Amino acid sequence: MVLVYINSTTGLSKAALETVTYGKKIGGDVTVVTNGSASSEQLAQLGQYGASKVLVDRSVDGEDPQQLTRLIAAVADQIGASSVIFSHDIYGKAVAPRLSVRMKAGLVAGAIAIPESDGSIKVNVFSGKAVGFVKVASDKQIISLLPNSIQPEQSGNSCSVEEISGHAGSSAIRVLETKKPEGNIPLPEAELVVSAGRGLKGPENWGMIEDLAQALGAATACSRPVADIGWRPHHEHVGQTGVAIRPNLYIAAGISGAIQHLAGVNGSKVIVVINTDKEAPFFKAADYGVIGDAFEVIPRLTEAVKRFKATQH
Amino acid sequence: MNILVCISKAPDTTSKIAFTNNNTQFDENGVQYIVNPYDEWYALVRALELKESIGGNVTIVTVGTTADEAIIRKALAIGADEAVRIDADPKDAYFVAMQIASFAKAKGFDLVMTGKETINYNGSQVGGMIAEAMDLPFISLATKLDASGTKLTLEREIVGGVQVVEVETPAVVSCAKGMAEQRIPNMRGIMAARTKPLTIIPAEEVADLSSYVSYNMPNAKSSVKMIDPSNMDELVALLHNEAKVI
Ligand SMILES: Cc1cc2nc3c(=O)[nH]c(=O)nc-3n(C[C@H](O)[C@H](O)[C@H](O)COP(=O)(O)OP(=O)(O)OC[C@H]3O[C@@H](n4cnc5c(N)ncnc54)[C@H](O)[C@@H]3O)c2cc1C
Ligand SMILES: Nc1ncnc2c1ncn2[C@@H]1O[C@H](COP(=O)(O)O)[C@@H](O)[C@H]1O
Repeated sequence: MVLVYINSTTGLSKAALETVTYGKKIGGDVTVVTNGSASSEQLAQLGQYGASKVLVDRSVDGEDPQQLTRLIAAVADQIGASSVIFSHDIYGKAVAPRLSVRMKAGLVAGAIAIPESDGSIKVNVFSGKAVGFVKVASDKQIISLLPNSIQPEQSGNSCSVEEISGHAGSSAIRVLETKKPEGNIPLPEAELVVSAGRGLKGPENWGMIEDLAQALGAATACSRPVADIGWRPHHEHVGQTGVAIRPNLYIAAGISGAIQHLAGVNGSKVIVVINTDKEAPFFKAADYGVIGDAFEVIPRLTEAVKRFKATQH
Repeated sequence: MNILVCISKAPDTTSKIAFTNNNTQFDENGVQYIVNPYDEWYALVRALELKESIGGNVTIVTVGTTADEAIIRKALAIGADEAVRIDADPKDAYFVAMQIASFAKAKGFDLVMTGKETINYNGSQVGGMIAEAMDLPFISLATKLDASGTKLTLEREIVGGVQVVEVETPAVVSCAKGMAEQRIPNMRGIMAARTKPLTIIPAEEVADLSSYVSYNMPNAKSSVKMIDPSNMDELVALLHNEAKVI
């Protein structure tokens, strides 16, 4: 039995579909447990990705990891789950470790592939500079899947949705305020990312980065010094001490490619580097390189993207 | 406020990463260890700031071997009052968390702080595990932390934004960027660190729940394809036809 936890408070995210697909791939019957307000019709669609049943507790807002742990542990116990799958997002980071202690089940944090034939699971280590294979010693295992590591796959039909309650207890965390910038794609989930560094000279020059991101449907990111000086918000900082991302496409303009920056982006499938300095270390990690001034190249690239998009309809 | 900060070592961010013993062990040859940046810059410094503004005591704890005492002294030099080393060579987050939880339970800390993750194994596991083992609330990836009486007010990262939350002490908090600024230890701190108490306690018997069986280097990139800066249509065509990412 496989249990998958998803957060569905803002609908079904791609990360949620990935975890259900992952649960299906590791085999067995997949039950999904969730909280929040997604409609039953929406939740029933998880059947297409391999779930045979969805259990939803609408009384839990998902803000307290302790409460979610009680809920998930109770369901895991009821269905006799041998594996519990999370996305390695804020829930995977806050709830999965708690559940590991509660169930005395080993946790593989940040899995990037389905288990190997010996049962070990691949994860990134040393901030993406290497990979490791983790083996769990307990009968039960908990896996948190790094977003964007596998593609959601549709295999089945819609499934049944059942309302549950009474397992979670009360919340110890009171939410005073939630701030989400409107319309932005959350960086860890973005498939395309446009990023810029100190080479852009000042915050007033980010308009062209946003234009390119918009033309592509990409999220924006930045190097650490740029967030530290306050040119860009902290949550955009990628790298060893910022957010680690692994989009399909990472475009870096005016970023030198310091090892600590690469550590957060080297999982990207394709890297494009735009830099005036042909010796910039980033070119060594790039798939495509453009030696040139970002102030000329970026607007030109944006126009090219728009031309391309126009031919796609 | 009586604060416990969990400190772990990490290889210096510029370390060359390699493996030995048939790719089953991290090659420590020539590797310099530092205090894990999240633990030092964010958790420890914010703990010290809280102590400076509302009073209290800051203890640091490391599950590690004698080799870790250099980073413990560094954390004492930055300003922690006392240190505890739980004597073991940690290989599993569950093992580490159970050791720290059992030490902390007996001491009655108001607040236990960890870093967001260690930069070597990047698990983001230990904080949540300590919280569960101690049956305390856990606020993960906090970017701000203020305390008043028994109330903590925090800002934490959520998917696509941030959230302001409130919780009663005792609690466990994992600390991310934004909480505080790096502090460079001064001469006085370094001198004082030599005489601050460092208590070594034996580890409890706990079985590991997971282990690393082997490591690998990621596949190296084939060489970079250079594109003429005046021809961005070519780049877009390559991204579509060759790389298939747009
Ligand atoms: C412990 C530690 C942790 C760190 N963690 C991180 C991290 O998580 N993330 C991170 O990013 N950094 C991190 N750093 C900092 C890192 O070492 C670098 O200092 C930083 O990444 C450099 O940022 P940058 O590339 O934007 O700036 P710079 O190094 O100043 O590079 C600017 C680049 O822009 C190019 N350029 C200039 N003008 C133009 C133009 N008109 N068009 C195109 N290109 C131009 C230049 O040639 C240069 O290559 C960390 C450092 C340490 C010590
Ligand atoms: N051996 C250790 N001793 C003390 N604290 C640790 C140890 N390992 C991890 N931690 C703490 O737990 C946090 C998360 O670590 P991890 O789960 O390994 O990513 C770190 O930032 C430290 O604060």
